[in-house]
Amino acid sequence: MTFFRSRRRKGGRARLVTGFLAFLAFAHAALASPEFAETLERLGAAKSYEDRLLAARRLAESGHPNALAVLGDLLEGRLYTTRTDGRVVVAETAGEGYAIRDPATGEDLGRVGRRDVTRIGLNNQLRSSLRMLIAKLRLEDDNKSRRLAAIEEIGRSGDAEMIDVLAELAGREHDDKIKKAIETAIAVLRLDAEDAETRIAAIEAVSGNMSAHVRAKLTRLAGDDSLDAETREAAARALERIEAKAERYELLSTMFFGLSLGSVLVLAAIGLSVTFGIKGVINMAHGELIMLGAYTTYVVQQAFPSAIDYSLPIAIPAAFVVSGLVGIAIERGIVRFLYGRPLETLLATFGVSLILQQTVRTVFSPLNRSVTTPSWMSGSIEIVPGFALTLNRLYILAFSLVVFALLLLVLRYTRLGLEMRAVTQNRAMAKAMGIRSDRVDMLAFGLGAGIAGVAGVALSQLTNVGPNLGQAYIVDSFMVVVFGGVGNLWGTLVSGLGLGVVSKLLEPEVGAVLAKILVLVFLILFIQKRPSGLFPQKGRAAEG
Amino acid sequence: MLFRRLLTDDRGGRLFLAALGVVTVIVPIANLVMPPDSPLHVSTFTVALLGKFLCYALLAIALDLVWGYAGILSLGHGAFFALGGYAMGMHLMRQIGSRGVYGHPELPDFMVFLNWEKLPWYWHGFDMFWFAMLMVVLVPGALAFVFGWLAFRSRVKGVYFSIITQAMTYALMLAFFRNEMGFGGNNGLTDFKDLLGASLQAPSTRVALFVVSAIALAGGYLVCRYIVTSRLGRVLTAIRDSEDRVRFVGFKVEHYKVWVFTVSAMLAGLAGALYVPQVGIINPTEFQPLNSIELVVWVAVGGRGTLYGAALGALAVNYAKSVLTVEFPDAWLFALGALFVIVTLLLPSGVSDAAAAIKRLLARRLRHA
Repeated sequence: MTFFRSRRRKGGRARLVTGFLAFLAFAHAALASPEFAETLERLGAAKSYEDRLLAARRLAESGHPNALAVLGDLLEGRLYTTRTDGRVVVAETAGEGYAIRDPATGEDLGRVGRRDVTRIGLNNQLRSSLRMLIAKLRLEDDNKSRRLAAIEEIGRSGDAEMIDVLAELAGREHDDKIKKAIETAIAVLRLDAEDAETRIAAIEAVSGNMSAHVRAKLTRLAGDDSLDAETREAAARALERIEAKAERYELLSTMFFGLSLGSVLVLAAIGLSVTFGIKGVINMAHGELIMLGAYTTYVVQQAFPSAIDYSLPIAIPAAFVVSGLVGIAIERGIVRFLYGRPLETLLATFGVSLILQQTVRTVFSPLNRSVTTPSWMSGSIEIVPGFALTLNRLYILAFSLVVFALLLLVLRYTRLGLEMRAVTQNRAMAKAMGIRSDRVDMLAFGLGAGIAGVAGVALSQLTNVGPNLGQAYIVDSFMVVVFGGVGNLWGTLVSGLGLGVVSKLLEPEVGAVLAKILVLVFLILFIQKRPSGLFPQKGRAAEG
Repeated sequence: MLFRRLLTDDRGGRLFLAALGVVTVIVPIANLVMPPDSPLHVSTFTVALLGKFLCYALLAIALDLVWGYAGILSLGHGAFFALGGYAMGMHLMRQIGSRGVYGHPELPDFMVFLNWEKLPWYWHGFDMFWFAMLMVVLVPGALAFVFGWLAFRSRVKGVYFSIITQAMTYALMLAFFRNEMGFGGNNGLTDFKDLLGASLQAPSTRVALFVVSAIALAGGYLVCRYIVTSRLGRVLTAIRDSEDRVRFVGFKVEHYKVWVFTVSAMLAGLAGALYVPQVGIINPTEFQPLNSIELVVWVAVGGRGTLYGAALGALAVNYAKSVLTVEFPDAWLFALGALFVIVTLLLPSGVSDAAAAIKRLLARRLRHA
């Protein structure tokens, strides 16, 4: 049995190896085209710079996959001919001598002494022509993003000769984005034009451009005394426009960060709002339920290390269940006996929060655990140059809105939601109608706790997962609930997002800590004015 | 006459004060007179620890005054304690003079380190002891007055009040963590040298601080007792039991609440001021919400509404804490958490009432039997 298995495996491996070798051979054949080798030989044999240029042109036109690399080597002075047979090689310093390889195939040709090879010489004219050839080659790359990079690089190079090449390319190009890039590059190159009018036109053309080198160039133009006043003024104006644009983008990304922070606050606070809604229970262990959700994510990732990308879809329901069950246990074991005594409830749930924290510390160690961000959540999307949104924050923003919407739907359209609303509005009447109010209390508490767990999954993607995770958010989420109006989900949403944006807007002005303090002070003052929050509950429920 | 009024109906209080008096006499003797190898000797470390506990007890009494008698659960009393501590710390910093690491005649070390040119305006005057002592009570008192006036005037009460007091101490913690505030950032104020010319390291100073703390505790107890036995105290209790009814009868509920909240904050500030020279440091962690809420559990354990119970609760819980954190570092938070749950669920009026509860229970059993 073993014998057969090993045979089979060996057979499979052999096939694989042959296949790979065949592929290599094919690739090698393409690299070792005789035509290319001949051109290389001509390059090596050329006596004059003109002949070398001719050979280089033919290399560029050959369409050989290594042509670009060879020209680059030539330009950088890494192309040599061997003294013995005049063969063209790429040489790199290695110890006392050179390590040489074949330019076409990349085949290692061993080492030679310093005197065994001669460099293929260049003059300035040849150099600039080579640069042009290389740029053209790169501009014709099939890959779009590489083509874009080449265009940008040419723009940055300040090489005015490239304008014509670019203009010609623009005529052939069909892709709008690339066309635009070419236009920008031409304009950037024209910034150095001798003729003032061209220069000013170019300045106008780049005035909306956000890239750093354009800004640097405009700054230089604006401050260059040797230029005419008109150019300098135009440059200064363009700079101003760019600065204004940059400021707008900055504001936009601040808003985005604010919304992101706000979405986290909303996630943390809506669960609290639900538990608060029933009999005004202050659940001080809410932060720890969030922390449990984050740790659930960690455990899920540890359990399935190979499926990090799918860990979140598993972790979300898992965290909901874990935190929800713990929440129900808290309700059944403690809170149930303390209804109508809010201060005692506060203290008892605080005790629970200490116990949960210490449990996590004992089980998982007091150190922070790292939760991996799935690949589909990492990175960012660039809306325009200078304004990018990080994907994880974007997802969490969307996620919090989804959770919010789901909660609204549950409250509006499910039996539990109906019963919950009934019990909050008039407990005695609801009981008279046959609603088992203590069961509703339990499930509502579990629902709020479960949402906390889900919030923990989201938080694990933004911050460190540690035993103190919950504490960092508890004061803030209370503030959000109180600010929005107790038991009012829409109020919680508005106040959470609003507080997030306000604190992020304040941050650049006064610093992160002071911003937080200011927000807290504002809230304390706000509660003085409107003790029941932004959107107070109306009707009978408010009387309780 | 006054004493009789304060202590007639207060057997627990009489016992408590008597015990406090005995300890205040014995501990200094045991520390200063007994030779170190005698079994009756009390080390200077223990004296400082006991002094610290006495400060906590005073703080607990201050909280019990507002929570137990006026029904105001403050989750920010640690902030008043810490403010008093900072006022004392500033005085002690100024006392260092040119003996700091950088040897600057006026600026504390951390300011020299931050390249500050001159003393911020709010540091002036703290070189005078009387001024610092005034600030110890005035600063927490002023904060409590403003905060309480704003809150009680707009009828923020119950859990809402608890939560905004927690936010207050949290905000203060963040503020004091900032170096720019000029209170030493997260290192706080430390490296104190002496107080009123006496070295803080000397055993005699420690003992003196211990005695002063004990006297302050006794004084604080009597002051609170005076308040709660007065007519005003009865109004406070009435507010606790039915705020609206008291308001309808014609009392200005806000005024009473603000007043008692301010007095309590001043006592807390005094406790903090006595605490700082005994532990040798004050830093922003004293503001952290956990401290304030731990303080609530002392009062809850001891039994709110009995002032001596609050003090005993503070002593008992802190003794347990100092033992547990040494013997089983992991177990302390479990124990504290369990304490919260058990006390609120099973002993709503604290340990001081537990004996009576057991007696009642037994009586009922006997009757049924």
